[in-house]
Amino acid sequence: MAIEVPENVVVTKLDELANWCRKNSLWPMPFATACCGIELMATGASRHDLARFGAEVFRFSPRQCDLMIVAGRVVMKMLPVLQRIWQQMHEPKWCISMGACASTGGVFDTYAVVQGIDRFIPVDMYIPGCPPRPEQLIQSIIDLQDKIQREGTVEGKEFETAARQETKRALVELPTYGRKSLVAH
Amino acid sequence: MPANSATLATLTARFGSLPTSEFRGQTRVVVARDQLLGVMRLLRDELRFDLLVDVTCVDYLTYRDAANRFGLAYLLASTDTNERLTIRVLLNEPNLTVPSMVGLWKGADWLEREVFDMFGIFFDGHPDLRRILMPEEFTAFPLRKDYPLQGRGERHNFPVLTRNEA
Repeated sequence: MAIEVPENVVVTKLDELANWCRKNSLWPMPFATACCGIELMATGASRHDLARFGAEVFRFSPRQCDLMIVAGRVVMKMLPVLQRIWQQMHEPKWCISMGACASTGGVFDTYAVVQGIDRFIPVDMYIPGCPPRPEQLIQSIIDLQDKIQREGTVEGKEFETAARQETKRALVELPTYGRKSLVAH
Repeated sequence: MPANSATLATLTARFGSLPTSEFRGQTRVVVARDQLLGVMRLLRDELRFDLLVDVTCVDYLTYRDAANRFGLAYLLASTDTNERLTIRVLLNEPNLTVPSMVGLWKGADWLEREVFDMFGIFFDGHPDLRRILMPEEFTAFPLRKDYPLQGRGERHNFPVLTRNEA
C-alpha cells in the first residue's frame, strides 16, 4: 500500500540532509600568513565571488568558523597559535592547506619553518601552487564539499575514523618527545 | 659621511692607537673588549654620536684567514655632525660577554637581544636579556655558522593534534 507523497516533499537520509546543509555554508577561518593570503582575499572578493559556493563569510573568530584555510608558511613560533585556533573551532570542522608552504614548507626548508602543517594538525585538502590561483582554491572547496557530502555523518563518525589513521601516521613518521598539551595549562 | 679626522684624533689621544680602516667612505675602528664602554661613552658624550643605528654580529667560523670567531659591530651616527662610525669588537669562544650599551643608548635594548638570540653573545648589564625572535624554549643560536640550516630537530618537539584531540 503506497503512501501518497505530495510533489514538493523529498525523502532522504538524515546524514545526507546534514551534509547538504554543512557543505553549502562553510565559514572559512582565514589563517593567512603570506602571499597565499592575498589570493585568498581575491577569492573572497567580487571577481571570483566565493559566495557562489556558500563559503564567503570569512570570520576572524575561530568560534564562528568550520573551515580553516591555512594560507602561507607557518613558522615555528606561530605553530602553537595555529593549533590553538584549530582547537577553538567547533566540530564539525575541516582544514585546507593552501599552497606549497603550508603543505610542505615550500622553499623555506629552514629551522624556523614548519615543513607541512599536516604534521601537526589534521588536513583535508591540499592545494599546490605558489601561490595557487583563486580558481584552485575554489576547486578545492568544491572538492571538499563533495567529500563532506560523501563521507559526512550527523554524529561525526568520519572524524573518528580519520583520528585512528592520523594517530598511526604521526607515530610512524614523526616521533614526538614530551607530548604536552598547549591548551591544557 | 666618514668620521672626521678630529674624531679619530680624539679617540687616539684617549685610548692609544686603535686599528682603523676606511672603505668607500665608511670608517671602522676596532676596539678591545675592556675599552669598549669607555670608547662608547666618549663617542656619545664628547663627540656627539647620539644615534646607535644598529648592533649586529658576524660569525667568521669558516671565513678564510679569520683570526677571531665573532665580530660584533656597532654602527653609530651623529645627527649633529653628520658623521658615521663603525665600532668593531672581536670576540672568541670561551668569553662571549661584552658590556651592554643600554645605559648609553636606550635603543640598544632590542638590538642586543637580537644579537643574543641569534649569536649567543651575552651583554653584561642588559636589563632584560631574553630571546626576541625565537621561541623562549629554543636552545641554540641559529645564525652561528656551526648551526645547520634545517635545525637540530627543534620542530619535532611540538605536540601533534589529531581529530579526536581537537
